[in-house]
Order: sequence, then structure tokens, then C-alpha cells
Amino acid sequence: MDLRALLDRPTDTEREAVDHLLGPAEGFNGRVAYGGHEARAQRQMLLPALHACQDATGSVSRGALGYISERLTIPPAEVYGVATFYSLFKVDQPGGTTIHVCDDIVCSQYGAEGLMQTLEGSGLSWEASPCLGQCERAPAVMFHQPGQGYGNAAPVDPDTVGNVIFDELPPGVVHQDPSQLRLLRRIGRIDPTSLEAYRESGGYQTLTRAIKLGPEGVIAALNESGLKGRGGAAFPIGVKWRGVADAPGPVKYVIANGDESEPGTFKDRLLMEGDPFAVIEAMTIFGFATGSIRGYIYVRGEYPTAEKRLRDAIVMAAKSGLLGTDVAGAGFDFDLEVRRGAGAYICGEETALFASIEGYRGEPRQKPPFPIVHGVFGKPTGINNIETLLAALEVISNGPGQFARTGTEQSTGTKLFCVSGAVEKPGVFEVPFGTTLGEILALAGGVGGGRGLGAILLGGAAGVFVDSSSLEMPLTFEDTREAGATLGSGAVIVFDENCDFGPVLRRIARFFSEESCGQCVPCRIGTVRQSESLARLGAGETLGTVADELDRLDDLARVMTDASICGLGQTASSAIQSAIRLQLRGAPA
Amino acid sequence: MTLTEREMSTITAQVNGETMEVPEGSTILDACREVGLDLPTLCYGPTMTAANACRVCVVELEGSRTLVPSCSRALEDGMVIRTGTERAQHSRRLVLELLGSASELDRSGDQLDSWMRAARAESDRFGPNAATVATPPKIEDDLYVRDYGRCILCYRCVDACGVEHQNTFAITVAGRGFDAHIATEFDVALPDSACVYCGNCIAVCPTGALVGRVEFDMREDDTWDESRQEVTRTVCFYCGVGCNLDLHTQDGRIVSVTSPHDHDVTLGNLCIKGRFGWSFVSSGKDD
Repeated sequence: MDLRALLDRPTDTEREAVDHLLGPAEGFNGRVAYGGHEARAQRQMLLPALHACQDATGSVSRGALGYISERLTIPPAEVYGVATFYSLFKVDQPGGTTIHVCDDIVCSQYGAEGLMQTLEGSGLSWEASPCLGQCERAPAVMFHQPGQGYGNAAPVDPDTVGNVIFDELPPGVVHQDPSQLRLLRRIGRIDPTSLEAYRESGGYQTLTRAIKLGPEGVIAALNESGLKGRGGAAFPIGVKWRGVADAPGPVKYVIANGDESEPGTFKDRLLMEGDPFAVIEAMTIFGFATGSIRGYIYVRGEYPTAEKRLRDAIVMAAKSGLLGTDVAGAGFDFDLEVRRGAGAYICGEETALFASIEGYRGEPRQKPPFPIVHGVFGKPTGINNIETLLAALEVISNGPGQFARTGTEQSTGTKLFCVSGAVEKPGVFEVPFGTTLGEILALAGGVGGGRGLGAILLGGAAGVFVDSSSLEMPLTFEDTREAGATLGSGAVIVFDENCDFGPVLRRIARFFSEESCGQCVPCRIGTVRQSESLARLGAGETLGTVADELDRLDDLARVMTDASICGLGQTASSAIQSAIRLQLRGAPA
Repeated sequence: MTLTEREMSTITAQVNGETMEVPEGSTILDACREVGLDLPTLCYGPTMTAANACRVCVVELEGSRTLVPSCSRALEDGMVIRTGTERAQHSRRLVLELLGSASELDRSGDQLDSWMRAARAESDRFGPNAATVATPPKIEDDLYVRDYGRCILCYRCVDACGVEHQNTFAITVAGRGFDAHIATEFDVALPDSACVYCGNCIAVCPTGALVGRVEFDMREDDTWDESRQEVTRTVCFYCGVGCNLDLHTQDGRIVSVTSPHDHDVTLGNLCIKGRFGWSFVSSGKDD
């Protein structure tokens, strides 16, 4: 391959940012890229390098992109293809501060419009954003400032949105009594920046226990516990860990999926921000049990505080001998690295996440082969959602029997639900599996302002709408499946009786068309046609009759569900179809 | 070969009720074609690794929650495949309708037309205001035209330019979702990119989005007429590799040059000289 260099040169700031990440550039003269195998093996540094440039200047300029291309010997076209895939990168645009305003399902009902109106006339650089995962304190914004990186603010007042303090938000309030909690018990109660505090609250005792059990014992305990994945697919965790442990070859990876981007979902944010050492301890056990010596925690780009907490925690854990070579003196090695996403819902899909880590466009691929055989860098890979990993810690620390006593036979343990929207006390709630939807609603104080319930969107944009007839439904994997619903990400978005669902459905449809990776036809074009059809229904300008339009939506739903490559396309019509079944289309304008 | 070895190297599966044995490593598509089924394919190219993007070749696999792409799914022992179910036909029709509603497909050849007719695809059912990828053709040089209003984003050109054939990496898929498109870095003009003008992207484009300049101009002038064209196979005269050339001539003039995809030297690929270095043949003819 001949690398054709770009004519634009990087600024000193951009060069320093990239060199700080990749090390000094030896032999680089701006005309020839000396790379070879060593540089090409660094392809996985592409996303961090793009972040480094944008963090320094506020955008990815032509010169910066060219410099990255030469340092990593990746063709400029490919770097461009990757950079333009992620919505947070401002490629070849002016730098400076950008304000990202969440206008997704929840924030759009709670003041996003006002924020955008204020910003529109302010001269500040801003853009609308999909869900920022701050739904319990809507409306939310995210800032990006050159030299400072990202920061969140929520809730934001329209009068002050132009000069919000650039500061860390607290991890979020837990409303429940800590004595009832397992996964949430440390949130807001211990200092998440202190390894000492984590240890004092029982931290790292589970690792000791896991080492005593040995890899086989850990996996046996997980199997016995009946723990299933909390990321949406409900796969038995013991089977997954066993698969990775048994996979041939010396190189394997484990990954914590912290790319929590499902609209209305913010539980993993609380866990990563409020209990980062628990994530690290769980990953260390994951590595130990599966024989993987390297792990990644992939955190969505919109969670800067979570990313910082985890990075800091990794440094502290490594200093204390809890990561690196000979972990805790137990004779195994494990390194952990945080990777930051850059604005792409699809990267929460496991195979897209692998591509993203590897430095490619975050496009999912067809399964099989499955990650336990062919994962990141083509190696056997175990990947779990953050909540699942913390639940695995509970299994090891309390024993599988104790763990399985909570919940139901097929859905063991506790589950986190993110309740947002029209409730008195939005937030994350931890309850045993089997708790009914109505009980969760009651925990959040019921529908706000004494109004009646309109509907609940269960599982986020990829989930389903249910109405008051489902309040008695026990929230378990088996009961929701039987009812044609889903727990999905654990999002519970509540709408009151006054809600006009037309705009909500159109926002959901737009979410999918904007977040589709564009690879397969059913999703790339189908999500757009779905959006167009809902717009026509809303405007009362249907093609043919309303029934024709609903038939068209049904056709689109079928092809997306049946023929899309990944879960994004396969669920892109789920909420909309469920709303149609419940007659929640909203009145034509 | 012993009997056991032979058994190990073949797979027994069922396609539309017919039990068949195919060599290990065959895809579902291979098996379907073996029994004479004409499944449509667009992003699949016989000389390339399946891109698995267009989903027009999906079939029903017993036990699978979703339909599966026949072009890239390896056949496994005991698989039960059905190609003609209502569900499979529905998805294939919708994929064709969606593609037809977004891209101009009038230069995609007779085969696509026949698949469209067979599926009863109605591309105009999404209305006159359906978003399209329409964009003016990029005419940047005398050799070829990139007419991306005809692009279906099958990835074949990107793969041919990159790892599959040419290893030049001049083009990529940029952007995301419906805005995803084929681009050079920063969408610079082709002569300013890494492009070496081998034209191997043209060779794999299924919809006429990438086309030689002569052909493009003739089509625009409505003088391109394949019924009046002859194809003459010869060997390229420029170097010693021995690439086969198919000279397409109309009215005694070369109008395009291709190489056969099943040729074991070229796999359909050529270099700039073989594909474009023929204008001297008719030099001075007009005078």
C-alpha cells in the first residue's frame, strides 16, 4: 500500500496532542510516513488519536487527520471514513466550544425546546443530541471545550444555558434505603475516587474469594446462580464465561460494555461514576476466570465523568498491585484500559464495539461467528454489560445460592430500572426480579402532579409501549417475553395522560434513522421510510388511506426485523408498532 | 481418499425440501445455485469476500430468529433452508423496493429488472417525496465518472480499491446511516486522492454508478446501444502479465474494456493502461 500524504499540515497543538498519545514521532518529516508493521499494529489507537486532537482544539482539522493518518499509516480516506462515522467528531469544521442539547424522548418533554430556542439566538455553537443518559434530571446538555474535553450539566435552565458552570455532576441520587440495595449500595455513600473507601466498604474481598474458588469455581458459581445478562439479550453468564475460558489460543479479551446509549437509560452511568472500583474488580475476576490477560471498558463519549472515574481508579488499582502483573499476588496478569466512544448508539452492539476499539467504523457484523470464538482483534472475547458484571460480583461474594434466592426461578437476583419522565421521583431503582411495573412506578412516587398514566415505554427506544393494563406484570425475563414486551436496558419512561404521542413516536423514528450505521439496506433506508411515514400520519397527509400508511409501516417493520444485520434494525420498529397496537399514535396535527 | 475423509469434506443439508451434499465451506447461496435457484444478489461479487450489506439474498433458516444472508452464511450439516417462504419473499421484495426508492437503478442491467419484476417490487410506493441519494455525477477527468445517485452502497468498490484487490485505499464509506456515502478523504476530487485509475471499482459496480467516461457520455447522448456492440477477447499488449481483455466495440470503435471475472490471472481486474489505454486505436478516425 502506498500512503498518499495530505498537503495540510497539523498545527503544533494538534501534533503535540497526537505525540502525547502515541509517543514522539521519529523520522517524521511531513512527507514520508515511516510506519511498517509496528505502526500498523497501532490501528486501534485511531479513535483515541481523533479524540486527542478534538479535545485539544474542538475539532478534527484536515492537518490533524493527515498527521494521524501518517503516524498510524492508515490511508487518509479510511481515517476520514472512521472520523465521519462518529457524531461527536467535528471533522474539518471550526473548533471551539460546542454545546450538545439532548432533545431525545425525555428531555424533549422537559424543556429541551426552550434551551434550543435560547441557544439559537445566542451565537454559541450548539447541536441537538440523542439521549445523554441524564434523564432523571432533564433537560440535559453536554459541553465540549478545547483543552478541557467534555462535561455534562443537568438540569439546565434556559436563562443560564449560555454560561453553565463546566463542572462534574454528582453521580445521581439513590432514593431507596441502602439496606435494601445490592448493586447500588455504595452509590453516593462512599467516595468513588478512593480505593481505601472502596476497600473499607467490602471492596476487593470478592476478588480474594474468586481467587480461592479458582476459574472453574467462579464459572460454576455463575452457572449455579442462574445469572443472565442485563444488556438486553438475557444470555446465561456462566455459559458465556465458560465459552471464553474454553476457547483455544493464548490470547483472549474481556470487555465491559459501558456504551449505555439506549434512550432513557442511565443505570450504568451511576454504577461507573459512583462505584468505579467495583467495575474494575468485576473485570479482574472476568479476566481471571476466562484466562484473559487484557480487558477494555468501553464508555460512551457522553459520559465524561464515568470515564475519568474509571481511568483514575485503574491507575490506583494498578499502583496497589490489583492490576498488571501478578494481580494481588495470585500469579495471574491482567491489564485494563478505558476506551471512549464518540457518539454512536450502534457501538453498544457488541460486534460494532469491537470494530470501534480496533479503529474501524463501528459497523456490526453478521453473527455467527460469535464473540466467544471471534471477537475483538479476531480473538475469543467475553463481553458483558456493566450491570451484569456487578451482578456477577454479587454471585461470587454471597454465593450462588444466596443470589438465586432473590428474584424468580428464571430471573435471579436484582434488576436496576431507570425511571424517568412523568413521575414524582425519577431515578434508578434496584428491585428483585418479579417486582411489578406498578410497584416500580410507586417507588418513583407515581405519576407526577396526580395525573393519570398515559403509557410506559419499557426498554427504551428499542423497547415497547405498555399501558395501565400491564401494571400488574411482574418484571422478569420470562413474564415480559410472554407479554410481547421486553426489559431491554431497564428503561422505564413514563408518560402521563396528557401526552401527545405523535412527537414522541417521530422522535423515536428519527433516533433510529440517525443512529443507523448505514451498512444494511433494511435499516439504512427502512428507518428513513418509517420516519417519513410517521411524519405523513402526523400531518394528516397520508399516501392513500391511514390504513395504507399503517400497512406500509408494518411492511417496513417486518423487513427491518427479519433482514437487518443487527439488533438496531431488528428493534427499530418495536416501540412504534407497539404504540400503534395501543392506539397511541397521537392526533394528526 | 478414504470414505471417512470424503464424508468429512461434504455437508448434507436441505434446500427447499431437497436433500443435497455440497463441499464443506460452501455458502447457502452456493447450495441454492447448485440446485438452480436464481436468488438475487447485489453486494455479493464472486471474486470478493461477501460484504453482507444489501440483504437481498436473505433466506429462511430453520431455527433462526431472523432471516439469514445466503451469500455469507456458511452451510452447516443438517441445515434446513427455505428460499420461497412468504417471509423470505417479503424481505427480498422490500429490500428491492427500498433500494429502488432511494437510488436511480435504470442502468443496473436486465438482471436486476427481472428480479424486480419477479418480486413484484413497487419502488414508488413510498411516495414522490421519499428521500433519495440523488446527487449530480462527479465528472473530474477523462477516464471515469462517479454517478452516486445510482449508488446502493454495496461496499464493492471500497473493497476492490482496498483489501480485496487493489490495496490503494483511495475511497471509503464516510458518514453514517442514510448519509453514508462513498468518498475520498474530505471528498476531494479523484485526481487529488490516492486513486491510481485502475478502474477496478468500475468492474465491480452493480448499478452503473461507476462507469467509464466514454460509456457515460454515450449513455447521456443516448448513443450507447449494447445490441450493436461486439465483444472481442484478446490479451493485453502492454506488459507480460497476460491479462485477458474484452474489447467492447460499437460501430467499429472501442467503447469500453473489461476483463472476465472468471479469469484466473485478473479476476476481472486491470490497470490504468489495460482498462483505459486504448484511445489511440481509433485516433484520427474522425478526421
